[in-house]
Amino acid sequence: MRPFDYVRAETTSDALRADGRIIAGGTNLLDLMKLEVETPERLIDVTRLDLREIEAQENSLRIGALVPNSDLAADERVRRDYPVLSRALLAGASGQLRNKATTGGNLMQRTRCPYFYDTAQPCNKREPGTGCQAREGFNRILAILGTSDKCIATHPSDMAVAMRVLDARIEIESPSGETRLLTLDEFYLLPGDTPERETVLEPGELITAVHLPEPPKGRQAYRKVRDRASYAFALVSVGAAVNVEGGKITDAALAFGGLGPRPWRDAGVEEVLIGETPSAAVFDKAADVLLRDARGFGANDFKIPLTRRVLKAVLSELTGVAQ
Amino acid sequence: MTEQLKMDEVQPRLLDETGQGAITRPMDRPEGALKVSGRATYAAEYKAANMAYGVMVRAAITRGSYTVDEASVKDMEGFLGVWTDHMIRNSAQGTMNTNPVQPGLNIQYFGQPIAVVAAETFEQARHIAHALRIDYTSEEGFEVDPETASQVDESVPVDQGDLDRAMADAAFTVDATYTTKPHNSAPMEPHASLAEWDGERLTLHGSYQMLKYNRNELADSLGMDAANVRILSPYVGGGFGSKLGIAPEAIGAAVAAKALKRPVRCVLARQQVFQMVVRRTETRQRLRLAADADGRLTGVGHDNWQSNLPDEQFAEPVTAATHFLYGGENRRNAQSVARLNRMASGSVRAPGEAVGMLALENAMDELAEATGIDPIELRIRNIPEIHPESGKQYSSRSLAQCLKEGAEAFGWQDRQAPKARREGEWFVGMGVASAARTNILMESKARVTLNPDGTALVETDMTDIGTGTYAILCQIAAEMLGLDPSKVTVMLGDTDLPPASGSGGSWGAASSGSSVFLGAKAIRARLAERLGCAPEALRLQDGVATGGNNRRPLAELMDGPLVEEGHIQPGSKSDEMAQASYGAHFAEVAVNSVTGEVRVRRTLSCMAAGRILNEKTAASQVHGGMVWGIGSALHEGVEHDHRTGHVVNDDLAEYHIPVHLDAPRHDVLFIEERDDHANPVQAKGIGELGISGAGAAVTNAIYNACGVRVRDYPATPDKIFPHL
Repeated sequence: MRPFDYVRAETTSDALRADGRIIAGGTNLLDLMKLEVETPERLIDVTRLDLREIEAQENSLRIGALVPNSDLAADERVRRDYPVLSRALLAGASGQLRNKATTGGNLMQRTRCPYFYDTAQPCNKREPGTGCQAREGFNRILAILGTSDKCIATHPSDMAVAMRVLDARIEIESPSGETRLLTLDEFYLLPGDTPERETVLEPGELITAVHLPEPPKGRQAYRKVRDRASYAFALVSVGAAVNVEGGKITDAALAFGGLGPRPWRDAGVEEVLIGETPSAAVFDKAADVLLRDARGFGANDFKIPLTRRVLKAVLSELTGVAQ
Repeated sequence: MTEQLKMDEVQPRLLDETGQGAITRPMDRPEGALKVSGRATYAAEYKAANMAYGVMVRAAITRGSYTVDEASVKDMEGFLGVWTDHMIRNSAQGTMNTNPVQPGLNIQYFGQPIAVVAAETFEQARHIAHALRIDYTSEEGFEVDPETASQVDESVPVDQGDLDRAMADAAFTVDATYTTKPHNSAPMEPHASLAEWDGERLTLHGSYQMLKYNRNELADSLGMDAANVRILSPYVGGGFGSKLGIAPEAIGAAVAAKALKRPVRCVLARQQVFQMVVRRTETRQRLRLAADADGRLTGVGHDNWQSNLPDEQFAEPVTAATHFLYGGENRRNAQSVARLNRMASGSVRAPGEAVGMLALENAMDELAEATGIDPIELRIRNIPEIHPESGKQYSSRSLAQCLKEGAEAFGWQDRQAPKARREGEWFVGMGVASAARTNILMESKARVTLNPDGTALVETDMTDIGTGTYAILCQIAAEMLGLDPSKVTVMLGDTDLPPASGSGGSWGAASSGSSVFLGAKAIRARLAERLGCAPEALRLQDGVATGGNNRRPLAELMDGPLVEEGHIQPGSKSDEMAQASYGAHFAEVAVNSVTGEVRVRRTLSCMAAGRILNEKTAASQVHGGMVWGIGSALHEGVEHDHRTGHVVNDDLAEYHIPVHLDAPRHDVLFIEERDDHANPVQAKGIGELGISGAGAAVTNAIYNACGVRVRDYPATPDKIFPHL
């Protein structure tokens, strides 16, 4: 671990003024620092900031950035109105980690690509320009969508997948005092030629909250496929909110984990579904659209057919129509 | 005085006569409270005055030579030094007793320990290790793929009768290939050493399984006299084979401490436990079973392919149980060891059976399917009268009883045809597998002291690696000396104490237990003499000696402590009989019809391992074995990069051992048994029996649930869902 300075921010403006890497729960950052994958010169501890509330606003919920994952999962309003989020949170990490991990930190966690973690391996994300060993290496847990020649990393969060389903907005405060709200698609960047840039967050900016809009109509589900029953990252996960009225799908929001460099949502998938009578054929069409550009890299090829199966099962569960 | 016994004759069952009631009962381990309250001090928790911190440096190329550039780090804060002397390439193999390969400034695999750095603090040392510039000269032509290796050591250890003919003539055959991935022991406590020099004398607080060997391995690696080495390992947080032999951090700590004239502590990071100790080899296994119309085996073939570094003597004894578990007169085993530039292969819990029985017991399930005979009946039908290769008699062997009683307790009669039982998305099925693990007696010594106040002390360099050694040695001494176990203190894990068998090969409890038994037996003889009765007539209970119409409290018989050493040696009994522990594993699993995910619902193991010394610690061993079995069946696999050979999934996030949710209820039953040929306490090994075969019960249950036969372990969802 490289020596670093540590600053405790007492107020949000302290945090915004300080030049350094934000730390909250530290459940990912500290591991990365021990390995010297991350070598910040200064840590800004934001855990004393007043960002721990989950506030009901008009038809919406504002989740402070420091709300622990375990608290968020257990919140009565979340469980009642946004069960996809509660379930996604509980599908992630372990009880101990969820107690420590925060809402903002969860959004900022880095990929679990093993080549990224091993500083003896080239990695474009860690050291731009050195190459990607994962593409032709052991890539079982890595991405099939949204990849580039430079990087095939996945975003590991379960929580973010559910937030993507829910059209959450990330509240970001900048040093100039401005606040902006971004969707997760706006927030996360695809790797392209610069896999080291993962979000649009600028130096000095701070995630202060996540806003959940009015709950979606219909039923919600989060389904995660993993290599062991708990404490494993998703091979594939599907978060969904689907409403059926009069025998037709009227609303659908679907997001996927384990597939891409960000929680993956494809409006085309929803377009295929909305207005249709749910059926195995329609579900298949949705999978066709989702997976039309999917590309495996060997060890992760199985994710393509697995995603289709899980998507169809989730749609079947939410619409009550057999696959 | 030393009471010595070479196991050439069957010994009387004295522990059935003593009557104190200490033996066998499920006593809590005496050191348990210390462990759960953090008061048991493990190697990495010792602190010495003026201690410096060492961190190992790994090779970041696969093959070549190197030099370290000390100048690149010498001005860093806290820097004390960097050394490459005496580095060992990997851990010593179990019972090796000499130095492992010391390649000097040559690199033979990616991840090899090549230097140790020391600094004033651990964080500084880790940072310096990371920053240290290594100048490499890479060599081409290394090999990391077992399937294309150019150097392969081949042997045919068994070739009996005509297996090809048996296969051709058989009514039923199985000819299938199974593969297993490499495994890591992943003990909870990483390897750790604190080295302190006093002139030429070295004291090492370490985390090791077999101290008398480890002392010689350490001394030999450092080029010094073993008499000047003392190793202390009173508590070991799991070893599972990875701590059988001296490991790189011990050398690193000792070298740095000598140079600095300061104590140095060196702890492997979790990643380094995955990179530089030993792994279990991957295997490819071809099973050929030939059976007659009644399902009786006429031939058994079990060939295996595995890998190791050049110059390692160890090979995974994949066919260990295949030799004796089932009959069949035509037999053939071939073994190929590919020489690769990958981390060394060595012992990981139940070397041989752990992976060999996955294949054998899976193949037996396939034969049951082919013949239409119930898997339990098929196994019972194939239990041989005599060892099918050596012709020896078996000692105690309750395999049939384990299968039958286990089946009854598990509810095996409710098992249905594949795919017949479905609950929503889940297919549910049951599987069975036999368990077998060769029993071994090793030389072991212990000193037993009985004090006039009715307390006793047991001293030996035996280790307790979480297995319950403290408990069972206490119970044996208490039983023999007629004391409540609370009166007996056990001191372990110090090479200054009488040398024991060490923990490994499932021989620790019976071997070191026999030495304690013998020491206590000698004390009994002296007490009998003082009481004026024959040793056979002596009864010791609750601190009172009875015999020959005399009844006296111990204090009245003794004018001071009685001290005796027990010394057990293996004898002709080891060779005369085929000795093994046996059992049967049962598993009920659910397989998700959408995703192929497997969830174990419940498991049961019915075990027979001679006298059970402590029903609780023995059951815990079997629990742990089943967890390992579940891991090998469903989750665990080290991934080597196909270009460099380095270990890709080198932490516990990506090397998946089972979590609690993967390992639900596990019932353990014991069959009452004594093995008179094994040792004077009539116990057999149980430390590895629990894993032997366990994973096959799980994969056989997968087949029974959903009709998918997984032959490529572990059975991750991608190996199942495409076939549903």
